[in-house]
Amino acid sequence: MWGFILRRLVWMVPTLIVISIISFIIIQLPPGDYLSSYIARLEALGTTVDQATIDALRLRYGLDDPIWVQYFKWLGNIIFNGNFGYSFEWRLPVSQLIVERLPTTFLVATCSLLFAWSVALPIGIFSAVKQYSWGDYVFTVLGFLGLGIPNFMLALTFLYVSNRYFGLSIGGLFSPNYINAPWSLDKFIDLLSHLWIPVVIVGTAGTAGLIRITRANVLDELRKPYVETARAKGLHPMLLILKYPVRIALNPFVSSMGFILPGMISGEVIVSIVLNLPTTGPLLYAALLSQDTYLAGAFVLMLAVLTVIGVLISDILLAWLDPRIRLS
Amino acid sequence: MSVDAKPMPATRELVHATPVESPLTLMWYKFRAHRLAVWSIWVIAALYLTAIFANWIAPFDPETRTGLPFSPPSWPTVMVDGAFVWPPVAFGVSQQLDRKTFKRVYAIDTTQRYPVQLFITGDRHSWFGLFPSDMHVIGVDKGGAFFLMGTDSLGRDVFSRMVYGSRISLSIGLVGVAISLVLGVILGGISGYFGGWVDLAVQRLIEIIQCFPSIPLWMALAAALPHDWTTIQVYFGITVILSLVGWTDLARVVRGRFLSLREEDFVMAARLAGASEARIIRKHLLPSFMSHIIASVTLSIPSMILAETALSFLGIGLTPPALSWGVLLQDAQNVNTLATAPWLLLPGALVIVTVLAFNFLGDGLRDAADPFSRESFK
Amino acid sequence: MTPGPIISIRGLEVGALSRHGMLRPLRGIDLDLPHAATTGLVGESGCGKSMTARALLNITPSPMRITAGSITLDDGKTPPVDLAALDPDGAPMRAIRGRRLAMIFQEPMTAFSPVHTIGNQIAEMLLIHEKLDKRAARERSIEMLDLVGMPNARQRFDAHPFNLSGGMRQRAMIAMALACKPEVLVADEPTTALDVTIQAQILELLQRLQQELGMTVLLITHDLGVVARTTSRVAVMYLGQVVEETTTESLFDNPKHPYTQGLLGSVPRLGSRRGRRERLPAMRGSVPPALAELPGCAFHPRCPKAVAGLCDVVKPRMAEVAPGHRARCLLYPEVLAASAALEAA
Repeated sequence: MWGFILRRLVWMVPTLIVISIISFIIIQLPPGDYLSSYIARLEALGTTVDQATIDALRLRYGLDDPIWVQYFKWLGNIIFNGNFGYSFEWRLPVSQLIVERLPTTFLVATCSLLFAWSVALPIGIFSAVKQYSWGDYVFTVLGFLGLGIPNFMLALTFLYVSNRYFGLSIGGLFSPNYINAPWSLDKFIDLLSHLWIPVVIVGTAGTAGLIRITRANVLDELRKPYVETARAKGLHPMLLILKYPVRIALNPFVSSMGFILPGMISGEVIVSIVLNLPTTGPLLYAALLSQDTYLAGAFVLMLAVLTVIGVLISDILLAWLDPRIRLS
Repeated sequence: MSVDAKPMPATRELVHATPVESPLTLMWYKFRAHRLAVWSIWVIAALYLTAIFANWIAPFDPETRTGLPFSPPSWPTVMVDGAFVWPPVAFGVSQQLDRKTFKRVYAIDTTQRYPVQLFITGDRHSWFGLFPSDMHVIGVDKGGAFFLMGTDSLGRDVFSRMVYGSRISLSIGLVGVAISLVLGVILGGISGYFGGWVDLAVQRLIEIIQCFPSIPLWMALAAALPHDWTTIQVYFGITVILSLVGWTDLARVVRGRFLSLREEDFVMAARLAGASEARIIRKHLLPSFMSHIIASVTLSIPSMILAETALSFLGIGLTPPALSWGVLLQDAQNVNTLATAPWLLLPGALVIVTVLAFNFLGDGLRDAADPFSRESFK
Repeated sequence: MTPGPIISIRGLEVGALSRHGMLRPLRGIDLDLPHAATTGLVGESGCGKSMTARALLNITPSPMRITAGSITLDDGKTPPVDLAALDPDGAPMRAIRGRRLAMIFQEPMTAFSPVHTIGNQIAEMLLIHEKLDKRAARERSIEMLDLVGMPNARQRFDAHPFNLSGGMRQRAMIAMALACKPEVLVADEPTTALDVTIQAQILELLQRLQQELGMTVLLITHDLGVVARTTSRVAVMYLGQVVEETTTESLFDNPKHPYTQGLLGSVPRLGSRRGRRERLPAMRGSVPPALAELPGCAFHPRCPKAVAGLCDVVKPRMAEVAPGHRARCLLYPEVLAASAALEAA
């Protein structure tokens, strides 16, 4: 088991390198470097910047170095100093903004994943065991709807319905009076009362996919000979389904995290823009619009790293569940 | 036929003449059994025909300002004051400002009647610069409130804008999938054909790309498109960006089929029977290969459409004056606008219908691609 | 010794409604399993052998279900039970399944759950039926593994199926089936998936255990060699019906039904006097699908001895054509009489 985890960790290294390269490309992609756009913006505001300052800044940020030197400097700074660069828009170190926003994104994405799992598993099992039943059809239709509705549409609909029919303004993760309050039970309850909306919205799309995966897998497993063996033992049908097909269908269910999680984070980003949640989404969006490239690059990098870690966790979980992987 | 025992020809036939259907016929039977998929074909065909002939179908030019901003959807009716009228009529409207709420209120004037006409003269338009015309398939004379999906903040007819928007929204899925398919077939084929470290490298690359949360990545790439690009350039830019992620799924399918088919017994059997490589590819590999590819392609179109909609909705994909369903949904971003004009969400409904139709179709095709699968047992 | 058969099947039918019509894999099976003996059940693939085994345990795969007939389990000590009348998922049936009737499956690889240990799956039997605690169940399971000749039984208890060879897995399967010392063991092609040498070992093991434990065994196979070696009685199946039933000796010496004759004729034999250039006679055609509804005898389209106007008209009944030898073929006057009597009635 430990050997397996170690191998997985080693495998992660090239993945992380490629991710960092892609993120660096994103930083470099906009025409001109961020310094010139920064200076252009300062000048638009009426501040003149003398050439000496510009040169000093260019030198300091190593903008005249070859591109790969810039990459290694950038990466080195992140790894050794936790320095992701500077956000010119916010006039703050990028790392500070990330520390503020990333945990909430992670919170929403994780809760959405848990929500999707806890809804999809029982429904998927039910649909498989009662294949072609009334309930199966209802869930299939709902699942397709969940798959077809873009989550920002769902968020907009939530906004509209709560505004129109309940006179509530949803959005944010806290009520105004709790935003700066220290943590307390009340604040936690307030968080939960806000959190469920993005969690349900983001989770729905994933739920649909997971139901289909679970249903297909349980159906597959139900046809396997070992189910017949278990029946021949005189096992209670309910226990049988839970002990054998469901247990084995759990493996693809867990490994589906590998592609559900990126989807969850994607969904979280776009839903939080619509609902204006204090998570990565709105900040990344603003950073992209204002070409605050270091901030944008850092967010893309960290979101991808989060996903990779999530996938790693699901792999370990899978190995723990499936002896064929663990012991081979 | 052997010449031995000859009694009972009738029943002999019963055993020997078991009908054998061609795979294509079996696929068609299987597909036809998926009723939703069959309906979806009609829905999709209607959508694409609308997109192609948008300029004739839309009652208005998408940029025409009717002077009636945020007018709610108003449909022509056949019942006026308890009496049946034919053809259906649309009414005139007048707008007033509510003194208390400062909201615009529209009053229907049932005395002004505008009968619905087919092949009516209206805004001038042309078919991609060709066939200039001022004929519209359906409409009413100027002044009638014929806004099937209401109007937007500038008084433009949302229905007409949706009809025109379908051109980009529907084509971007096809173009994007076409690019993805080329990339996917090349890389997946290379991966499956060469195997070994090439395969490993391509597979790792796919894994890494799939690890990326796609929306942030797309957002970052789309935001980096130069601002001075024309609509056409942005259109292709966005398509390429979407394909950069989209190819991975298709490459996986191609490689997977490639590997599994190579190992199939029937391929080995054909080889042993002395069939040439070309014949094996043509007669055995391609048919079972194509059906799976077509199914996967169909299933990846909706995700492309969804992605374009999301990006344009955020304002970092296509932007006005380009029209797509996502661009239209930009207007619905604001809660207050939404409260006044909820019908601005209607383009989203069209997105949902399209995505569902493609999903059902893809589902049906996937079932049909494997005509011998056990699912047929009901 | 109890005199009567421990299992007697009468008029057993299994079917399901599909969208193409009624599927009828079993069309009226009559079969007795004499106490503490091995009975063979042979036939081509698709004739309903495996379905008979499943019907016996009332575990017909959905949507198939028993539509008619009876399966009487009578050990002569407790009151007889009609298994066909029990709810397949009900407690009474489940109490019998595994405890009094157990089954060995064809594919030892897939018949075990891949993610549970062998031991877990054997002990489960004892946990369900004998209400043993975990430790006792473990000890008993290891004893069973020892009994079936599993080397290092104690370590193998914690092995997963993929760690074992095919023969080992089949031994584990037998240990599992015998865990509760069942009265009747149904073995569905237990050796088909195994190497020839392993096959012999497993058959030997089954024979030894059958004698040691005094079990009744129903051995399903398409391998006539296996039948000849291990069984005392044989039933031959064709298209969901038993067409011939007798002692093994009588069947091989004097097959009555043309189908059986064909089956025996198509087995290659060492040292046969048949000329080198002569082809091995093969039976014409193949088993019609379970959907087919043929008039008359089910075998007549393939039968070399079929008589027009008789075999394609009259449905034959099972009748004794020689002492202790029953067959279902209209060429025998006894059968014709029984069938005509039925037709008349």
